[in-house]
Amino acid sequence: MESIAKIIGQRVAFGALTLWIVSLIIFAGVQLLPGDIATELLGQSATPETVAALRKSLGLDIPAYLRYFDWLRSILQGNFGTALANGRDIAELIEPRLFNTLLLAASAAVISVPLALIGGIVSALYRNTFIDRAINVVTLASISFPEFFVAYILILFLAVNAGILPSLSDVDQSTSALGRLTAMALPALTLAVVVLAHMLRMTRTSIVNLLGNQYIETARLKGLPEWRVLVRHALPNALGPIATVIVLNLAYLITGVVVVEVVFVYPGLGQLIVDSVQKRDIPVVQACSLIFAATYVLLNLTADVLSIVMNPRLMRPK
Amino acid sequence: MVKGYDFSPLSAVNRRRFLQSAAAIGAIGIGSASGILPSLAEVTTPKKGGHFKIGVGSGSTSDTLDPATYYETFMYIFGHSLHGYLTEMSPDGNLVGELAESWEPSKDARTWTFKLRNGVEFHNGKSLDADDVVASINHHRGDQTKSGMKNPLKTVQDIRSDGPATVVISLTAGNVDFPYLMEHYQLAIMPAKDGKPDISGVGCGGYVLDGIDFGVKATAKRFANYWKPDSAWLDSFEVLAIRDVTARTNALTTGQIHAMDRCDLKTLNLLKRNKGLEITSVGGTQHYSLGMFVDAAPFDNVDVRLALKYAMNRQQLLDTLLNGYGQLGNDHPIASSNRFFAKNLPKREYDPEKAKFHLKKAGLSDLKVQYYASDAAYTGAVDAGVLYQQDAAKAGITIDVVRAPADGYYDNVWMKKPFTANYWGGRPTADWTFSTAYEAGADWNESHWKNPRFNELLIAARSELDDAKRLDMYIEMQSLCRDDGGTIIPVFANYVNALSTKVGHNKIGSNWDLDSFRCAERWWLTDV
Amino acid sequence: MTFLHSPRVIRTGVSKFKSAPLSAKFGISIIILYMLTALFAPHLAPYGEAEIVATPFEPWSAQFWLGTDNLGRDMFTRLVFGARNTLGIALVTTVLAFSLGCSAGLAAATFGGWTDQLLSRLVDVLMSIPQLIFALLLLSIFGTSIPTLIVVIAVLDSTRVFRLTRAVAINVAVLDYVEAARLRGEGPIWIMTREILPNIAPTLIAEFGLRFCFVFLLISGLSFLGLGIQPPTADWGSMVRDSATLITYGDVTPLLPAGAIALLAVAINLVVDWFLHWASGLKED
Repeated sequence: MESIAKIIGQRVAFGALTLWIVSLIIFAGVQLLPGDIATELLGQSATPETVAALRKSLGLDIPAYLRYFDWLRSILQGNFGTALANGRDIAELIEPRLFNTLLLAASAAVISVPLALIGGIVSALYRNTFIDRAINVVTLASISFPEFFVAYILILFLAVNAGILPSLSDVDQSTSALGRLTAMALPALTLAVVVLAHMLRMTRTSIVNLLGNQYIETARLKGLPEWRVLVRHALPNALGPIATVIVLNLAYLITGVVVVEVVFVYPGLGQLIVDSVQKRDIPVVQACSLIFAATYVLLNLTADVLSIVMNPRLMRPK
Repeated sequence: MVKGYDFSPLSAVNRRRFLQSAAAIGAIGIGSASGILPSLAEVTTPKKGGHFKIGVGSGSTSDTLDPATYYETFMYIFGHSLHGYLTEMSPDGNLVGELAESWEPSKDARTWTFKLRNGVEFHNGKSLDADDVVASINHHRGDQTKSGMKNPLKTVQDIRSDGPATVVISLTAGNVDFPYLMEHYQLAIMPAKDGKPDISGVGCGGYVLDGIDFGVKATAKRFANYWKPDSAWLDSFEVLAIRDVTARTNALTTGQIHAMDRCDLKTLNLLKRNKGLEITSVGGTQHYSLGMFVDAAPFDNVDVRLALKYAMNRQQLLDTLLNGYGQLGNDHPIASSNRFFAKNLPKREYDPEKAKFHLKKAGLSDLKVQYYASDAAYTGAVDAGVLYQQDAAKAGITIDVVRAPADGYYDNVWMKKPFTANYWGGRPTADWTFSTAYEAGADWNESHWKNPRFNELLIAARSELDDAKRLDMYIEMQSLCRDDGGTIIPVFANYVNALSTKVGHNKIGSNWDLDSFRCAERWWLTDV
Repeated sequence: MTFLHSPRVIRTGVSKFKSAPLSAKFGISIIILYMLTALFAPHLAPYGEAEIVATPFEPWSAQFWLGTDNLGRDMFTRLVFGARNTLGIALVTTVLAFSLGCSAGLAAATFGGWTDQLLSRLVDVLMSIPQLIFALLLLSIFGTSIPTLIVVIAVLDSTRVFRLTRAVAINVAVLDYVEAARLRGEGPIWIMTREILPNIAPTLIAEFGLRFCFVFLLISGLSFLGLGIQPPTADWGSMVRDSATLITYGDVTPLLPAGAIALLAVAINLVVDWFLHWASGLKED
């Protein structure tokens, strides 16, 4: 267990390093994009004079590296700064959106992860039968559809035809818990459909992959029913790769859902970061990226720790 | 993106009479002194109350409440719910007074005196006076401003208050059309303190800011002390930013919103089947343009430009891209509803043979050009390019359609590449239109066109008070634009919106989208 | 040599195909059908790829088998050409992503220590930036030509492949027979390709089947944000995007390109399943 603590410590340190590099990449990336916030805010109506005035008032006439260090200094003091476009406090801007994003990701995960595990096990248990094939075809078809298309189909059936769920996720701070649940139902379902297949397939593959092993044969010879063999003997050994895939998908649910946010007009972080990239609002892009990166680093760490716990051999020093 | 200004589809008679009287008495605006919108005979009686929700295809987290940086319909219509303006374009297309009760030019049209309305109150309780107007207009002038109105206001030499209810504006040169400028959506009148306007959303419009989550939604409640009778019917008004057109349509058909802008024209015939909806289509003064740099090869040859103009199948573009919701363009930016429109100028038609002829005249047997487009210019800009490519091929012209990223299109591509897609909302007057994008050296002269005769006429027409002479000048300018200019203007597009049948409205103004951005003030709900 | 052997390869291939279960036969047939369509697209399609042949949204008819699209181009023709462009792009991208991701993942698992740390942290950095945002940044900087699109998506995708490869390979790398090989003094390349790779191949192949589909999805997601393949090139992802609104009126047109992608995905994964079953050494059913 001591070595696990050591690994975690090491990884947290590396996580901090990752965040720093991400901030560098994003800053450089946005800096490399054609135009800056002044030209983007003014759009077609930009004239050299107004652009210069806007640049000056936003402090963009200072060299980029100095602006980066300024930003770094304030972020180390826990201050995200203010948005260039409208001067709003970034922490304030992000907080409700982060909450929305996490809530949506959690709802989608609550639906999809158990379904994926159960579906994967059932699929492995009845491998190569009709049930397996049916699960297979349905999930594969569902991930072959782009997200917005899945969303449109769900909207058609559940909102337009049946009229049981709203097609817009109009939520704000005053929305009640029940209201939130209804409003979020369609985006959460859409996301669940989108991530389900990948996790389900990996669960099935990892389990089936182990079934040829000696210890599975032994378990079978002991006379255990097939499902117990799968759940008790195969699953624990398959959990490493399954956990990796689940974590990847959880990270996706938090960081990659901009398209779903657009379709359902759900006020999450994805929309904010895309808007901010388009407007070259570097401090906001930076803040969102750091949150996404931190989420990813943490989830990743969890996956690695899980893998190690599942396969103690990984701890043995070579 | 909507930008620039639309022309008013003025009824010719109305407008002419208006102008004649103006010329005769030298006081434009007398006919509009009452300032209150004339109600039409056939209209239903509006009802008070209700919560109105509208979904629009714009709105960004980087929006602000400062009118100087209003950008796209979301803020334009919300801004009009909060603020009052000096002048207003009536649904009939007349310029009427809003906060200005009347106005009057000097003989040379260089000095304009605006008389302010009495008893107008801001949401914070302050009464409107001349200093508020001066500060609000100055907000868009000077070195520090970030306003897109800085350029049009460049001709303003001085603006001062003359007593609490009079504002005097003097210009560097005469401009008969100046009061039209004051109607622009960025020139909201805000309460001022020590010469600084309050840009936090406090205005004197029909609704008081209730809450705004930029890029998501904004709400406003009816202002109890609003001065204008028979308007601002709703208890509260809500704008939702729904940028995906399918999502917007679904929200409307499932009853989550009452109205939407920018319908998907491709599927409009299907949407029309819905009995609970009304499709409104007005205007036809916003137009698409394809700018060619006339100072860069091969566009520096007028025959090449003509070949490219003849190689465009306008009718197909109108039918396919706009589903018929628009009018054919004639390679100049003046809409058919404008009083200075050149009626007798022959319509340019698709003619591959003529295109070949001009190509040959330019000494070319074939032509290959790159055309840059992005849906950031307008929805369907890339498709328009694909259609153009097919049509031009028949004239021996190869067009490479390059889809530029929507992100940064206006900074990176438009007016940087020699042949690009663009979209103009238009300007309310012919002069403003031409001086924005066709005058030599104008900031947005997207074709780098410099025609001496055209520029001479433009300046002369600006301060010409004789309407007939002005008409002749503008006709010649349109003809120059059409035959020599570097801009292809294939179509004028209508504003197409969909409304629930629960929404009541009178004649819809076409100065801008959504009843000239004044839907909050002019529309009502019938089921309250 | 190849020439001499090829009849035998074909014969083995045919006998393998005969012994395959029905599902795999179906999958293989579909894949072959798609490949033929892609290869012979110009001969199969009744019209030109970008040719405007009628008014927009013509219904299905003898002349236009699947009707026309929003610009009046023949839908069937677009689908056929779409096979060529989409399959080509997806295949090249996925292969590139796997070459990059697998080699890095194997190296990380085999060498461990600093190599592993360095590669893993590098990938962490790349992965911790959301894919769509990263693609948006890169494509806005470098433009959206097809080669850039392929390289950008491949690099982004390879990070996912790396993670998975490393995760499964690391389990194998600590097994006794790998230790034995190490003790025998085998070089790292040998250990990677001969000892580890065969044992993790099934997982990777399963992943390949899915990653392949994700490329379509990413392209279509990018076209949602206004980046993507240059017109008038037909690709299924953009075709779904262009006609998606119709689905809300119960029109099935957008289901055609989406269905084409789905059918391919199902076919590929049926074959992958068969392979997995065969590779897992199960002798049952």
